[in-house]
Amino acid sequence: MFPTPIEKRSLPFNLSYRVAVWISLFLWLLPLLAVLLTSARSTADINAGNYWGIPSEWMLFENYTMVFTETPMFRYLLNSILITVPAVIGAVALSTLAGYALAKFKFRGNVALFAAFIAGNFVPFQILMIPVRDLTIGMGLYDTASGLILFHIAFQTGFCTLFMRNFIVGLPDELIEAARVEGVSEWQIFWHVVLPLVRPALAALSVLIFTFIWNDYFWALVLVQSDEVRPITAGISALKGQWMASWQLIAAGSIIAALPPVILFFAMQRHFIAGLTLGATKG
Amino acid sequence: MQKLHSRQQQWMPALFLAPAVIMFVVYVIFPILQSIWLSFYEWDGIGEKTFVGLSNYVELFDDYQFWVALKNNLYWMVFFMLAPPIGLAIALFLNQKVMGIRLVKSMFFFPFVISQVVVGLVFSWFYDPSFGLFNKAIGLFGVEPVAVLSDENWVTFGIIVAGLWPQIAYCMILYLTGLNNLNPDQIEAARLDGAHGWKMLRHVILPQLKPATFIAIVVTVIGALRSFDLVATMTSGGPFGSSSVLAYFMYEQSIFNYRAGYGAAIATVLFLIMDIYIAYFLWRMLKSEKA
Repeated sequence: MFPTPIEKRSLPFNLSYRVAVWISLFLWLLPLLAVLLTSARSTADINAGNYWGIPSEWMLFENYTMVFTETPMFRYLLNSILITVPAVIGAVALSTLAGYALAKFKFRGNVALFAAFIAGNFVPFQILMIPVRDLTIGMGLYDTASGLILFHIAFQTGFCTLFMRNFIVGLPDELIEAARVEGVSEWQIFWHVVLPLVRPALAALSVLIFTFIWNDYFWALVLVQSDEVRPITAGISALKGQWMASWQLIAAGSIIAALPPVILFFAMQRHFIAGLTLGATKG
Repeated sequence: MQKLHSRQQQWMPALFLAPAVIMFVVYVIFPILQSIWLSFYEWDGIGEKTFVGLSNYVELFDDYQFWVALKNNLYWMVFFMLAPPIGLAIALFLNQKVMGIRLVKSMFFFPFVISQVVVGLVFSWFYDPSFGLFNKAIGLFGVEPVAVLSDENWVTFGIIVAGLWPQIAYCMILYLTGLNNLNPDQIEAARLDGAHGWKMLRHVILPQLKPATFIAIVVTVIGALRSFDLVATMTSGGPFGSSSVLAYFMYEQSIFNYRAGYGAAIATVLFLIMDIYIAYFLWRMLKSEKA
């Protein structure tokens, strides 16, 4: 254990440490707390320049109601869900198949293929932008959820395949061998032997990818243009232009946009962190 | 690995791989090649393409805006490098077992989970010259208010600070995980030898945290080169293009100025810079595979 456990120190040291932890957390999240407070302010407060004090009247409920009634926020939220959920399922499904093949089969080009998946996952989006936009337009999918979903599935497959392959490599070969000797078909092996074993990895990966896709802004700008399809990230941006002075609304909208990944993160914390630190502990 | 070779095994991996590979080739590999090819053409994105050889690149190297964007990317890379050490410092600070510490750790990680668009909004308010928290804070020290985001000299640093917030959170999580997996015997042995504090950190702890450091540096460099969302949200590259980065410059040229060929040339330059890091990462990764 490093640093030395705090229990071994004096009582005053212990107490001041505990206080310091919470104070530092407060300072760290201060910008965010300000937005939370702003989302509960009245227009009068905003116009009077009361941004940082305690709101003179709490308008939390009114503001959030107004966001859903006066702005297309509900639509944006729905769009984000309609885009993110299928994309997560697609990317995880394809990469579990591919990861299994890379992990448990010997064939020529295995390493090269694996390397291509890793490398592709790091490229700057801009090198893909024009061709992907043209391709999407060409397929008649510009400004549709499907256009975004297909791209996200394809792009996230790089990271997901790397992730799944590294997990599956650690599974014992004997299990698969035994099933092969029994004459079980490869597809059955994948379905009944491999899949149940990779459940924790699937959970970790899904949470992580959900966050990535939900928070995507660039592709939402490039592949979509109408309110009917726009996900929440691009939606907030559009709102900012229209509701310049209604900060309490933009703040409330931002909080709404941030909530789903945050809730998911808290619900699946352990999985999320296991996914993020991929290979950070060994290698 | 398998010693058995049934006939089925010959084509089975191909079948498992096909869907992912096809998608990846269509949406990632092929577009990269297309973009590089496009960079040799003059094209407005809609009409005819005209082959112009290297002239996009020649123009790019004469373009003042390109150098501004490139310089800003360098600033991003240099200052983003603060994320791993600060993340490590916070991780060391929080690596205790007191009541509620798990919640504190999660809350510290918060900025990484929320969208960069929201982070950009949060920091735009933070910097606001008339009522932003930032100016309130420096006002306490008697400093005159600064309009960070409309000041050419400060704007890029203002955005980088916003970018560091989630990046530090990410690095912190990497290090917290690393600290959880330290080898206790080594630490005990070093303690018996009288090592503690800095000495312990440098000679015993940091070597064990190497894998975490490697990942932290890779994601930080890539993050710095990829910076787009915050620039787009906070300043749209302004004032007068002074906070633009290559990623945003490219987007601007292609979408607003209808210069797809020129945009492709910018993207290709960014891609080449990134390739250096990708190659290094791959080399490290495959080396550890063999070990």
